[in-house]
Amino acid sequence: MQDTPSNTPRERIAKLSRALDRIVDRRIKVMEVCGTHTVSIFRQGLRSLLPASLELVSGPGCPVCVTDQAEIDAAVSLARMEGITVATYGDMIKVPGSGTSLLEERSRGMDVRVVTSADQALSLARNCRDRTVVLIAVGFETTAPATASVILDARSEGLENFLVLDLHKSVPPALKALASDPLVKLDAFLLPGHVSVITGLTPYRFLPEEHGIACAVAGFEAEEIMIGLLETARQVKTGRLAVASLYSRAVRPEGNPAARAVIEKVFTYADAPWRGLGIIPSSGYVIREEFAQFDALKRLDIPLSAVPPPEGCLCGEVLRGLIEPPSCPLFGCECTPNHPVGPCMVSTEGSCAAFLKFHQGGDNPWED
Amino acid sequence: MCLAIPHRIISFIGSNRAIALAGAVETEIRTDLVPDAAVDDVVIVHAGFAIEKLRQEDGAELEKIWKEVTELAGYPE
Repeated sequence: MQDTPSNTPRERIAKLSRALDRIVDRRIKVMEVCGTHTVSIFRQGLRSLLPASLELVSGPGCPVCVTDQAEIDAAVSLARMEGITVATYGDMIKVPGSGTSLLEERSRGMDVRVVTSADQALSLARNCRDRTVVLIAVGFETTAPATASVILDARSEGLENFLVLDLHKSVPPALKALASDPLVKLDAFLLPGHVSVITGLTPYRFLPEEHGIACAVAGFEAEEIMIGLLETARQVKTGRLAVASLYSRAVRPEGNPAARAVIEKVFTYADAPWRGLGIIPSSGYVIREEFAQFDALKRLDIPLSAVPPPEGCLCGEVLRGLIEPPSCPLFGCECTPNHPVGPCMVSTEGSCAAFLKFHQGGDNPWED
Repeated sequence: MCLAIPHRIISFIGSNRAIALAGAVETEIRTDLVPDAAVDDVVIVHAGFAIEKLRQEDGAELEKIWKEVTELAGYPE
């Protein structure tokens, strides 16, 4: 596998593809649960290199996509409040709520700012003392420590005009829900690389041990993903199931204890709603009572009641790997990246957006 | 949202902020979550925060898997 003139990336990918062909001797279903994997797999045309008997599906790996409709409505309602500045990551701004999106509210003159870091939201609060800045905090274990860090900063600085609409979610409970779902029927997970940087490998052990599901943490390059798939196929074939890490340059078995410590300090667990998956026990990171002064849900009167997803939208089925995006009747016609109906079409990491952008019969980069 | 990009730390601003370089772009990042980060370390940055140091991969893990897989597949290449 050395990179020599006679062993180019294309040759190595071809070799991995042939190895998969030989190893997969029954139908197996593998789910990837990381938005960056989703995009990488589609962009690099990797599905075309897989044996027909290996079904690779995209799961709930995009935090924006799994954000519940009621949570999106809550974010939009915040933008309409007097004296509120909403700070949001760019992916969230176009997600349609039941009525409008944050982008539409901004076009109506509401104060909605795009930030690329929780730290920028905190700076906004420092610099706009006459307004209350609310960070729309979505994301998994990768993003939650950043939110926790700025909450700690806000407390130590005595900032009273900084709040967080905390929508953070934890990945392992969602994998448990999928593993227990009789309709999903998975043989393997390609585990998320950057979530695992924080969690380490231990939180996934229940998957091979209790559910008989093969697991591999993989990097994001084509070759790394193919090797990850090969490892899951190897585990399935041999029956020696484990949580393998093939991304050891970033993922330590114990994860990042400093990041987990800051999460533990600020958040505790509660049941949380996931689009398509329903309420998943202990899957939400909620702000501890000690930090309630920064919790937008407690400080402001925000409606947060269950609402149905948009009519006809099958994001929920897509997120469980039950259907491919084109099986949704809205895909590519009523629902497009410019006019998304469901969140899987909004985020660049969403399965529907990635499918539409990269899976329309374009050139396969691995063929001559 | 899951995107994380490797940056090389150029200098520190105080104890938990640094200037880091990705390609030709310099960015201010937070280093709270990687307390032992140092100048010249390559860190993975997600949403403005370094979340881990990138290490040199020794390749042994991949070589081991590749060896087992080629045996299973029934060919040495």
